[in-house]
Amino acid sequence: MKSLEELARIREQTKAKIALREKEGAVRVVVGMATCGIAAGARPVLSTFVEEVNGSGIGDKVSVEQTGCIGICQYEPVVEIFDGDEKTTYVKMTADKAKRVVAEHLVKGNVVTEYTIGAAKV
Amino acid sequence: MIRSHVMICGGSGCTASGSKALQEAMEKELVAKDLQDEVKVVQTGCFGLCELGPIMVVYPGDVFYSRVTVDDIPEIVEEHLLKGRIVDRLVHEDEVLKEQVTSLNDTSFYQVQKRVALKNCGLIDPESIDEYLAMDGYVALQKVLQEMTPDDVIQVMLDSGLRGRGGAGFPTGLKWKFAKGYDAPQKFVCCNADEGDPGAFMDRSILEGDPHVVLEAMTIAGYAIGANQGYIYVRAEYPIAVQRLKIALDQAHEYGLLGKNIMETGFDFDIDIRLGAGAFVCGEETALMTSIEGNRGEPRPRPPFPAEKGLFQSPSILNNVETWANIPQIIINGPEWFAAMGTEKSKGTKVFALGGKIKHTGLVEIPMGTTLRTVIEEVGGGIPNGKKFKAAQTGGPSGGCIPASHIDVQMDYEHLAEIGSIMGSGGLIVMDEDNCMVDIAKFFLKFTVDESCGKCTPCRIGTRRMLEILDRITEGKGTMEDIDKLEELAYYIKENALCGLGQTAPNPVLSTIRFFRDEYIAHIQDKKCPAGVCTALLSYVIDPEKCIGCTMCQRNCPADAISVTDYVAEGHKKPSLAIDTDKCIKCGACMNNCKFGAISKQ
Repeated sequence: MKSLEELARIREQTKAKIALREKEGAVRVVVGMATCGIAAGARPVLSTFVEEVNGSGIGDKVSVEQTGCIGICQYEPVVEIFDGDEKTTYVKMTADKAKRVVAEHLVKGNVVTEYTIGAAKV
Repeated sequence: MIRSHVMICGGSGCTASGSKALQEAMEKELVAKDLQDEVKVVQTGCFGLCELGPIMVVYPGDVFYSRVTVDDIPEIVEEHLLKGRIVDRLVHEDEVLKEQVTSLNDTSFYQVQKRVALKNCGLIDPESIDEYLAMDGYVALQKVLQEMTPDDVIQVMLDSGLRGRGGAGFPTGLKWKFAKGYDAPQKFVCCNADEGDPGAFMDRSILEGDPHVVLEAMTIAGYAIGANQGYIYVRAEYPIAVQRLKIALDQAHEYGLLGKNIMETGFDFDIDIRLGAGAFVCGEETALMTSIEGNRGEPRPRPPFPAEKGLFQSPSILNNVETWANIPQIIINGPEWFAAMGTEKSKGTKVFALGGKIKHTGLVEIPMGTTLRTVIEEVGGGIPNGKKFKAAQTGGPSGGCIPASHIDVQMDYEHLAEIGSIMGSGGLIVMDEDNCMVDIAKFFLKFTVDESCGKCTPCRIGTRRMLEILDRITEGKGTMEDIDKLEELAYYIKENALCGLGQTAPNPVLSTIRFFRDEYIAHIQDKKCPAGVCTALLSYVIDPEKCIGCTMCQRNCPADAISVTDYVAEGHKKPSLAIDTDKCIKCGACMNNCKFGAISKQ
């Protein structure tokens, strides 16, 4: 027997778990996961994004996806964030940088300029 | 942390085409690639595109793979799940849009659809009550128990205009209102899951894909009419559906959504499953209730109607699975939302099981009033092999055919009845020019003759006599009076049979006579079957000008009916062969083995 509060809690928790099945027009975080990206450390970046996005309660608005080679291998791991027509490209990402991008960009809406491709030096 | 969900269809269709093995292979491969903590495999209900099965959908991105085999799994894991590259060759090529469509929702099959009853099918794991809760499951029940009186609930059902999806189209709210009006110490809520029409499988798919929706809706009805016991009568031939229902019942009990004091409101309601042995007549409401009572499934005369004296002589309601599946959403979204869909008298949507000569065999849900043309050409992808559409059969053995001349008919209760067919439970069998309409009528009538319970004479004997006449006609022994006799018998049976089975059994015959009388006449007068189906009226002929005398047909003939002639066609070296029609058993082996197209059936 579950109380109404418990039912509501299960409902909310499961909603977050299955949110990635139905997100239309959501903000998309796309992680480059080709061989070069994986070799450069894209996997921990991807998993950090998934964890942080769900942990910050924005799981229903942001979908974390992966893609193949973006074509700028020297900047890998590359993460692109699509928000409507705007695209932000973050380069040379790490798990720690990913945490900040979620907190600053995705939650508060401020682009972390220092991590973007414009600020990067090869 | 899970970052991707792989949904694998676990409906009966995809299970038959190997989805279980697929799921096991996927789980194994994920472990091998160390992705088991990142990718979750979910067994789900029917997506509807059974013909393209086994079906797999990968989230995020809603990428739709069709006809996946175990051998494809390593590539999907390596490319898509590890590296994020969609495996193009497994992506469905849309025949209507002429392009590759990666998302299921963008296929021509899905675009026209409006999924209400099938809302959760293919989207959730049917064996997880938590996922159903997350899709606003049991929200309607909570609203009903906390905020509404039984009369409120019935008023919402009346306002929505929902009518029975089992075939007859009786207003659901009215049924409930009648049952509530009778005062009795015990009332019952029943679910008709005895889906028996050949070719219909929407109820099975809902039970397999979203079983909790039926439990929730039945509990709502129990509250509305004042019942505290429900029965689901489901055929034993639906093992997956039965299994998932049992799991759902256990989960609902565990969560306190069934049983005593539901949601701490003091309302008690429980549901039991009763398995049907597969008799078609048990889909008829009084026969179904007689069967639940433990007796032989036979109908009883109405009135009294079940709302007054139904199961165990108590006021009872019986609704079809698809009807139930609409109810929680009507409660949540309001009756106006539901009534805004469909036509003036037929509200909402209808699920059709699309089968026969159609490219996309499967399950479709469309707003009432959508034309047959849209269903066949857009959703169904048209007729395969460049053949022409001839007719569609709705309502199975109780329904009738819609000829090509009525392809623009709106699919709702009234318009289908106008042209002599019925909505029925939603079987939609498409036929092309290779189907003989007399043979189709015979097929459905044979079914009802087999399934007649034998209680009343018009059905037991009348349908058999009709079948004998049809047999005569298809054997070339019919007379023109036979058509009149068929019609006379048909109307007599319709008026005098005890239950719906008998009253509707002559429909396929009447409707084929109405629209395809010329085919009946061709069988009777010309002794020909225009579609080339009725074997007794066919003869296989060898064209001596095309036959090169290879004797391939002769060697394959099981009846020794082919011999060499002394005619040698111009340019040929050997004499041609000929078939002795007296000896020929019309098996077609000669035609299938001729490499030169010299044999035809006429």
